[in-house]
Amino acid sequence: MSSLKTPAPPGASARRSRPAPRHSPARRRQLNRLDLRFTPYVFVLPFFVLFAIFGVYPIVYTFWIAMTDRSPMNATISFVGLDNFVELFTNDPQFWNAVVNTFGMFALSTIPQLIIALLLANALNRRIRGQMFFRLAIAMPIITSTAVVALIFSMIYAREFGLMNWLLDLVGVGPVDWRANRFASWFAIATMVDWRWVGYNALIYLAAMQSINKDVYEAAALDGASQRRQFWSITIPQLRPTIIFTLIISTIGGLQLFTEPLMFTSGSGALSGGTEGQFQTITMYLLDVMNQRFRWGYAGAVALVLFLLIASVSFLNYLLARRISSDK
Amino acid sequence: MTSTTLRPPAVQPPTAGRNGIRHRAEKLWTASPLTWFGLVLGVILSLFPFYWMIVIASRTSDAANSWPPPFLPGGKLGENIQRVLDNGDANIVKGLMNSFLVSGTITVATVFFGSLAGFAFAKLRFRGKNALLLIILASMMIPIQLGVLPLYILMAKLEWLNTMPSVTVPFLIGGFGIFMMRQYAEQAVPNELIEAARVDGCSTWRVYWHVVVPALRPAAAVLGLLTFMEQWNQFFWPFVVLADPANPTVQISLRSLNTAYFADNSQIFAGTLIATLPLFIVFVLFGRQIIGGIMEGAVKS
Repeated sequence: MSSLKTPAPPGASARRSRPAPRHSPARRRQLNRLDLRFTPYVFVLPFFVLFAIFGVYPIVYTFWIAMTDRSPMNATISFVGLDNFVELFTNDPQFWNAVVNTFGMFALSTIPQLIIALLLANALNRRIRGQMFFRLAIAMPIITSTAVVALIFSMIYAREFGLMNWLLDLVGVGPVDWRANRFASWFAIATMVDWRWVGYNALIYLAAMQSINKDVYEAAALDGASQRRQFWSITIPQLRPTIIFTLIISTIGGLQLFTEPLMFTSGSGALSGGTEGQFQTITMYLLDVMNQRFRWGYAGAVALVLFLLIASVSFLNYLLARRISSDK
Repeated sequence: MTSTTLRPPAVQPPTAGRNGIRHRAEKLWTASPLTWFGLVLGVILSLFPFYWMIVIASRTSDAANSWPPPFLPGGKLGENIQRVLDNGDANIVKGLMNSFLVSGTITVATVFFGSLAGFAFAKLRFRGKNALLLIILASMMIPIQLGVLPLYILMAKLEWLNTMPSVTVPFLIGGFGIFMMRQYAEQAVPNELIEAARVDGCSTWRVYWHVVVPALRPAAAVLGLLTFMEQWNQFFWPFVVLADPANPTVQISLRSLNTAYFADNSQIFAGTLIATLPLFIVFVLFGRQIIGGIMEGAVKS
């Protein structure tokens, strides 16, 4: 690093005698000033150009489109004000069904996911042989795509010949039709999400646990605190910012749930999430409205409400997590 | 700093002869049988689906539908892979090539633009820096669903539907890449070195190229790995814009396999195996770095 490859002149006097000075010193100074002033903007510009075109513009456009009846089937577009939102909130049971499903699966996956991840991280934080092996093995599911996860688990939860039903049969429980029953389908989808993300979250918690000062534990142990007590009174409060972080990440991901429930049914028409929409999520409903019913204005309203839900739940999680851990 | 999180948590070896305090503190971190049981169970649950993927992918589709379910691999792996590669509805070979192209392009662009902007945010002075950084952070919180419809209309106008630019161009630079590079550059690039290069008459670009890039290399590698994995596994947006099964990414090929009239499980599983293999190789080669990257990201946030 110390070997700067730039052919740097050793001093100011040498600069004048440089072989081929392309610019006069005055012009050089001017260029230098321009460089210092504007190059930083040039460096950050690419992001903002792309973000403006593919991020901000579509969002602003969504606000507009949500107040129209735009559709590829309509020749004209008319402004309908808040009609789409009024319909969404008062006269669309299918949307609210999707909201309930999304939140149900979100809760069913996120809570066990974070708890298991905490326990795994706590185990990985002990002195064990083969640290790296355990970390790698537990993190490995993150290499699979959600599509792959959904396909594998779809077969595990097959009604006939499915692995899960075979296991249930072993302990004397009758087969479950995992797609027909609402709660069973939620459970199946929640396990798919958890399988992929538990290891990832465990690593995040582990990293945070390792940055806790070990002396605190030693002192607590001297005072006779049990390991469980240490976990609740030292580890959890110290992990507060990390828990909030994972909660928010899981919220953003969980409320966008799409691929797993989509691929849970094979064949076309999968966007409807089961025969009676037992596991149709908000994102599936959004695409259903957009690409099957071609109600683009209405789809805009759905997208906005989805975003509002994600934002408010993230904020709520934040408040809740702060409250819980400051009570301790 | 790269090494801190990778170090196992074990403290110093027990010093014999000292009083019991040290000994007791040591005992704090020993793993109980229950801990071991939990860890081993976690590993089994974590790895079993991979094993099962191979089992079903190497069997006939009849055996995949048998009772009790098969638990040992069969000998049909090559045959099933051949069948899925030949499957005219899935176009998985095309899908693999497209996925390599798209993920590779995005990875290179993310690392380049991310390091450029990350350097600017970490080390350069310019007006409005904090506000701009805040916008980048906020952009990471916005789900793609929010603007999906106008984005789709935009792609139609650009005539990018069913083509690879539609799944590449919008993702060339992410907020995450910039943020990660900024965090790393703050510590890894000494200010004195930049000042020295300036005194020597380096322009900002040359400072970036000769001072910053060499220092950022470790973080750039991790960012590249994480970006490639994320892009390879992208599903939602490709599903929206790549409706034509003739020109898919590999994930959309899998989707086509699943929507076939007759679901052929051994073929589907051979497909999932093929779609996962590239990232499996990446994970075998660079698993430590990936894990280190995830853990370091956690400490920073």
